[in-house]
Amino acid sequence: MQRIIKDGKVVNETWHLLGKDATLDGMPNCDDLIVPLSLWREHAHALKARDGGLGVWLEAGEEIEEIADQLEHFQVIALNFPAFTDGRHSSTAYMLRTRYGYKGEVRAIGDVLRDQMFALKRCGFDAFAVREDKDPFDALKGLDDFSEVYQASADQPLPLFRRRQA
Amino acid sequence: MYVYDEYDQKIVEDRVKQFRDQTRRYLAGELSGEEFRPLRLQNGLYIQRFAPMLRVAVPYGLLSSRQVRMLAKIARDYDKGYAHISTRQNVQFNWPELEDIPDILAELATVQMHAIQTSGNCIRNTTTDQFAGVAKDELVDPRPWCEIIRQWSTFHPEFSHLPRKFKIAVNGSTSDRAAIEVHDIGLEAVKNAEGELGFRVSVGGGLGRTPVIGSFINEFLPWKHLLSYLDAILRVYNRYGRRDNKYKARIKILVKALTPEVFAERVNAEWEHLKDGPTTLTEAELQRVASCFVDPAYQALEDQDAALAQLDAEHPGFARWRSRNVFPHKKPGYCAVTLSLKPTGVAPGDVTDKQFDAIADLADRYSFGEVRNSHNQNIILADVEQRQLFTLWGELREHGFATPNVGLLTDIICCPGGDFCSLANAKSIPIAEAIQRRFDDLDYLFDLGNIDLNISGCMNACGHHHVGHIGILGVDKKGQEFYQVSLGGSSGRDASLAQILGPSFAQDDMADVIDKLINVYVEKRGEDESFLDTFRRVGIDPFKERVYATNH
Ligand code: SF4
Repeated sequence: MQRIIKDGKVVNETWHLLGKDATLDGMPNCDDLIVPLSLWREHAHALKARDGGLGVWLEAGEEIEEIADQLEHFQVIALNFPAFTDGRHSSTAYMLRTRYGYKGEVRAIGDVLRDQMFALKRCGFDAFAVREDKDPFDALKGLDDFSEVYQASADQPLPLFRRRQA
Repeated sequence: MYVYDEYDQKIVEDRVKQFRDQTRRYLAGELSGEEFRPLRLQNGLYIQRFAPMLRVAVPYGLLSSRQVRMLAKIARDYDKGYAHISTRQNVQFNWPELEDIPDILAELATVQMHAIQTSGNCIRNTTTDQFAGVAKDELVDPRPWCEIIRQWSTFHPEFSHLPRKFKIAVNGSTSDRAAIEVHDIGLEAVKNAEGELGFRVSVGGGLGRTPVIGSFINEFLPWKHLLSYLDAILRVYNRYGRRDNKYKARIKILVKALTPEVFAERVNAEWEHLKDGPTTLTEAELQRVASCFVDPAYQALEDQDAALAQLDAEHPGFARWRSRNVFPHKKPGYCAVTLSLKPTGVAPGDVTDKQFDAIADLADRYSFGEVRNSHNQNIILADVEQRQLFTLWGELREHGFATPNVGLLTDIICCPGGDFCSLANAKSIPIAEAIQRRFDDLDYLFDLGNIDLNISGCMNACGHHHVGHIGILGVDKKGQEFYQVSLGGSSGRDASLAQILGPSFAQDDMADVIDKLINVYVEKRGEDESFLDTFRRVGIDPFKERVYATNH
């Protein structure tokens, strides 16, 4: 069973991530599923009618604006990193948390590695499906790389200059 | 200058720890080369032709004498006894061992220095005028703004993996010595009719493979909104900049594709959400930072015009040096002095450990313990008493810093090129040297006046060849090192990009080619007409005809 990092701990994965070309055929009713955005686009109605939990995942080029008014249907929003050097979803996560007030799980999937996790956490990610060949317990250490930060972000509403004066 | 408090210090120390562990994991095989690469780059560490190169950040070019002594120590203890001033005002070490980098960073941290974001696809060192705070034509001191931007950009969590590198420059003077229009973002500090401070904002300038002059998208951004507006620009770029082709990934390509107008609309739409949020700057923060840049304890002095003129008459060498290397100062009785790092026979911008120590010493004795690196790869003592100028000149001559060529043809901007850089098409240092040797007659150089000659070893344009009055670019021609020449570039307020002269030349011909170009200028120029003005008036054809005529 795959393990992921959730809220700063390594936990067993309970969600099923469906691939790009998934269809409704044979879809279990009760499992917790994270579906590709394309499937949600086509079959939102059917997906909402299921009993299991629902999440959606976005490619790096897919824009959060497209589902911004449907966020209440998702317990998980997973954001895919085709390469750890692709920073687009850092902005997506930040917007999810600060602009759209999304309170569910924001999960990093794809090329997710220890050395990017501190910044990702700052942007609003609270779950990390660390790349399979890497040890999630080792990756966990990345969340503590820094003890102080300059900017405001999803994790810290005030920039250092507003806290410094206190 | 800015002094770290416990927070700044903590962040830099955490970084040292983090990088030490990253290096350890790489050496232990836990991180692959590919995984380590972006990590080391964001810490200024390149794997070069012969050894790693470490680029140390010098925020907006400012250094204390204590920091300069640390650079000397690192050059001595970990390198081959010298370092190089880069065109982004930073300092590069060419021969450190990878295993030593964490220790070097730890040493740097003890003097409030680091190598954070000196490379990689992130926000780089913010640059400015080397005469910031002392220039007579300055309206607003850019240094506090550079520091505010430095803190905002340091480990910005959202913008640590941009499509490509990102460079910001700030200018606060009538002349633009910071070349803001060839930066991803250029900020010009201005005051509006009510006397309020704000910024004119240019985006999408840049050199490299596709040189572009930036477009102004905001004529007056009130200072409080600086950071939220920068956040908005960066977010638009981070989300929509191209990532499929590294040659089309700079923000200039996005701005061009959308048009500056549409790009500005997108930024404004994004900014609507951020404006007046917590990132809005406060009066208190500005005061806190600005208080680090107040004037040093200047004495009430008089300008020494008569005494200096007298010395000029007695010592022609002094007169010459003073006319090129000394810059007027806002305070009576003071001046700013440029130490030329461009004597013939030394790679432009190179400094030895002993010279660093000497510079630190001079800074302590003559200039309130501070120096600046310029993007022209020289070092400046910004607050020198005019009455000490003559003594200082004597000391500078001993140390090899008194070449009177600032702004002249031999004050060449030159990237490390093929001698060091693994990206190079061709060497650049030997070209600089050949030209310096050819033009060794000071009288002639003085007669030619201001000429910016810039050399890059490849398209990446670290030597800013596009904005040289004369630009030289190393190209690869069937496996041979060749050089393309261009004319008419300028990085000043009237920024322009150079035009390519024609087919490229072999290394051995370069000094002759420059000689011919200069001859055309001398023949065509009007009274007191500069090279650039002459070129702009007569165009490229006379130069072309002369240079290529003999080849047929
Ligand atoms: S211009 Fe090219 S050769 Fe010169 S330092 Fe930059 S990358 Fe290297």
